[in-house]
Amino acid sequence: MKLPQFDYQAPASLSEAVALLMAGNGDARPLSGGQSILPIMAFRLAEPSLLVDLRNIPDLRGIEISAAGVRIGAMVRWRDILDNAQLKVVLPLLPEAIEHVAHYQVRNRGTIGGSLAHADPASEMPAVALALDAVIEVVGAKGKRDIAAGDLFTGSLSTSLSHDEIIVAVRFPAWPAARAYAFEEFARRRGDFALAGVAACYDVDAQGRAKNVRVSALSIADTPIRLKAAEAAMEGRVMDADAIKAASAAASAEVDPAGDIHASARYRKALVGTLLGRALTRAAARTAR
Amino acid sequence: MSVRFEVNGKSVSVDVSPRTTLADCLRHELHLTGTHVGCEHGVCGACTVIVNGDAVRSCLMLAVQANGAKVTTVEGLSPEEGLSPLQTAFKTHHALQCGFCTPGMLTTIHALLSEEPNADEDRIRDVISGNLCRCTGYITIVEAAMDARASYQQSRGDKE
Repeated sequence: MKLPQFDYQAPASLSEAVALLMAGNGDARPLSGGQSILPIMAFRLAEPSLLVDLRNIPDLRGIEISAAGVRIGAMVRWRDILDNAQLKVVLPLLPEAIEHVAHYQVRNRGTIGGSLAHADPASEMPAVALALDAVIEVVGAKGKRDIAAGDLFTGSLSTSLSHDEIIVAVRFPAWPAARAYAFEEFARRRGDFALAGVAACYDVDAQGRAKNVRVSALSIADTPIRLKAAEAAMEGRVMDADAIKAASAAASAEVDPAGDIHASARYRKALVGTLLGRALTRAAARTAR
Repeated sequence: MSVRFEVNGKSVSVDVSPRTTLADCLRHELHLTGTHVGCEHGVCGACTVIVNGDAVRSCLMLAVQANGAKVTTVEGLSPEEGLSPLQTAFKTHHALQCGFCTPGMLTTIHALLSEEPNADEDRIRDVISGNLCRCTGYITIVEAAMDARASYQQSRGDKE
């Protein structure tokens, strides 16, 4: 369907953009790559009176890599992440997950900040942000603040961002050398919304045991969720076949997904366990090398 | 709103409302009807055009967002006379039936091979997974893309 009517502004600074959002009083929305908000407007799931395009605002696009970690500007596109050879080394879980985002053309426009603000429970980035303890930098009328990924997502397409706040960047803590990781998702066709997905990572100690385990799941609840029972089943164990089986069973047991036209609740429960099993098998093989 | 951008090498200026997608702007304002509009929510890929070198869905981009950009549509792929090597490969391999998806297929594959002239069959299949062909003629489309790679490898070689 054609888009509804709206006004459009493309301010040249963050402060002007915040002022426009503030004046919009909840009826104005920021526009980044537009790959989520434009389709939901076409469906009339959102009808903002004003779109504030962030394209002319400098400083939202860089990828900064330092000893402290990685900072990615909100307007960095999926393809910029996939094209960055360094990220494959210093934050490998991210590009592995981003390969699953939608299709080629969408990855050429869609942005990391836009995806986080959109907070689709089936999208990859929120689950990855949760697994990697990412911090979301935002700016609004009251100034700057940092939001932990775990505090950002409040429901389906809902976040703790106030209507005048704009995501500026995402920070990821430094990636330890001995970290195992993998991302897995299942969709009926490549690029479709995932029926379920998991992001997993853990550090390997000198005895080969899993430490600081993080497992998150997408498309299983209204928000991305940590799979705490699966994490507990893994923590301190050598990730052999038995440990992977235990984690996979724990994941299936702890989730309570809704069934829909695409997959029943029972199917999704089983799928989460299967995907975690696959992810952990690949993660373990990576550390064995 | 007044928008100025480049289409197929020519500078254009149009006056559109913000809700006008780039696809509708190309078709209705600039009469470049080679770009097809299918689903209007970013699923079918028929409206794919090339913006600053990247294949994008023109139904998921506002015309006002194209201000200052360089846009190439399917019309811009052909030389003055005849067909481009990719278009010729489509003809040779019967890679089109009803033709509705064809402009999106051509622009997508052109953008891909311009950047990755050595893309293998898996990569081509992955990339065109964002383009639906309701005639289901995918095999011949992939064959045409594979066949056209030589001309992109050649032109890349000429530039280097």
